[in-house]
Amino acid sequence: MKISRFLKTIFLLEFVSGLLLATREIFRPKKTINYPHEKGSLSPRFRGEHALRRYPSGEERCIACKLCEAVCPAQAITIESTERDDGSRKTTRYDIDMLKCIYCGLCQESCPVEAIVQGPNFEFSTETREELYYNKEKLMDNGDRWEDVLAKNIRLDKPYR
Amino acid sequence: MEYLNILSNELYKIASVIIPVLVSVALIVWLDRRIWGAVQKRKGPNVVGPFGLLQTVADALKYIFKEIIIPASSNKVIFVLAPVVTMTLALLAWAVIPFDNELVLADINVGILYLFAVSSLGVYGIIMGGWASNSKYPFLGAIRSAAQMVSYEVSIGIIIINVLLCVGSLNLIDIVNAQKNLWFVVPLFPMFVVFFISALAETNRPPFDLPEAEAELVSGYQTEYSGMMYAMFWLGEYANILLMCAMGAILFLGGWLPPLDIFPFNAVPGPLWMISKILFIFFLFALVKAIVPRYRYDQLMRLGWKILLPFSLFYVVLTASYLFYFDKLPVRAF
Repeated sequence: MKISRFLKTIFLLEFVSGLLLATREIFRPKKTINYPHEKGSLSPRFRGEHALRRYPSGEERCIACKLCEAVCPAQAITIESTERDDGSRKTTRYDIDMLKCIYCGLCQESCPVEAIVQGPNFEFSTETREELYYNKEKLMDNGDRWEDVLAKNIRLDKPYR
Repeated sequence: MEYLNILSNELYKIASVIIPVLVSVALIVWLDRRIWGAVQKRKGPNVVGPFGLLQTVADALKYIFKEIIIPASSNKVIFVLAPVVTMTLALLAWAVIPFDNELVLADINVGILYLFAVSSLGVYGIIMGGWASNSKYPFLGAIRSAAQMVSYEVSIGIIIINVLLCVGSLNLIDIVNAQKNLWFVVPLFPMFVVFFISALAETNRPPFDLPEAEAELVSGYQTEYSGMMYAMFWLGEYANILLMCAMGAILFLGGWLPPLDIFPFNAVPGPLWMISKILFIFFLFALVKAIVPRYRYDQLMRLGWKILLPFSLFYVVLTASYLFYFDKLPVRAF
């Protein structure tokens, strides 16, 4: 046993087999992608940038129940509401501080009407902190822009919720 | 007027060596990163220019526009001089590297001695940088580096003696031409392995990159350097690596000689063989960087002084006895 170990050391066998392994690995397919040009696939459950959705009729879904505000562990959500002329309760203010948000997804899970959701977008870095204090206008805009993907993701993830 | 003519002629010759070396250093940095990435199944730099070839140029441009910070407590003259010394010495040695029978800037009789002397001087750049920074990490890194380079220089010197015994001349062109029938890598294969290991240690490459061990020394003697001065250290280091590869190609792999002196091989021009041999050794350098973990300092010293040095000494005795007993000494002095 000791002699074989000695011979192994002298002839650098481990080292040579390492070199051969490395040479073989060079020709294997790469695990990385050219990120900004190629993108990896995301799960439908991916928790990215927030969005407020609408019904197909164009009416906003949010009923200002404030469950998301209550459940938010980082207290990133601020909601103010009022009664509209038709008697329904709607938000006048819906702010998310994206810097406080921990992207836990509890707001989406607590929402009874699937109004607040977290979409697949994770590339929303900004140059100032102020741009990351999202207001209702910005969130509704996100909802309109990502609606197709959001609806598809919710449908795909439905059986598991 | 005549002096000017001579001067411009010499400058032209020098530029024709220095500029290709600098360009190939830039390419070799790219190659190193690509190979390192490929072994780890990454793509490596591939955005700037075709296949990312211009990545190093982009990096160098970035360094040029960065501010050079000179620490207030440093010895400013030596601090500025250190990267210049490293870079200059790394380029100086290329004067004697032959790329073909005639293709050499300075065909001097003691070529290998000059090469050895200049590559040994390289340690001064590092010591000056580490000492002049007047800060603990650079100082420790410089001490480590000096000790390491001195240790491994001894075994490289003895390996060179092995080759010189078989050649009987210190001229690099003679050394290559002596390998016409058989490259020295065959009879002196163990010495080639020891040379390779020592060259890794000599150029502070992994697994012997203790002078810049990030985990303990931030980045060793380079810690206080920034901007173009850092880039000069970096280029000097890679020029040294390339030099060691060239030295290995000349001493063991028969320089510009084709492997067999028959048609498809000897049609390829000599400089191409030389470059491909340098690249082959560099490829091994890059692979080693990717696969081995860093040595501990006492292990490094033990390997240098207790294993490689006695082994190469033993091989000198073996080579000398063989040559003497079978009466194959190239030069008989007695």
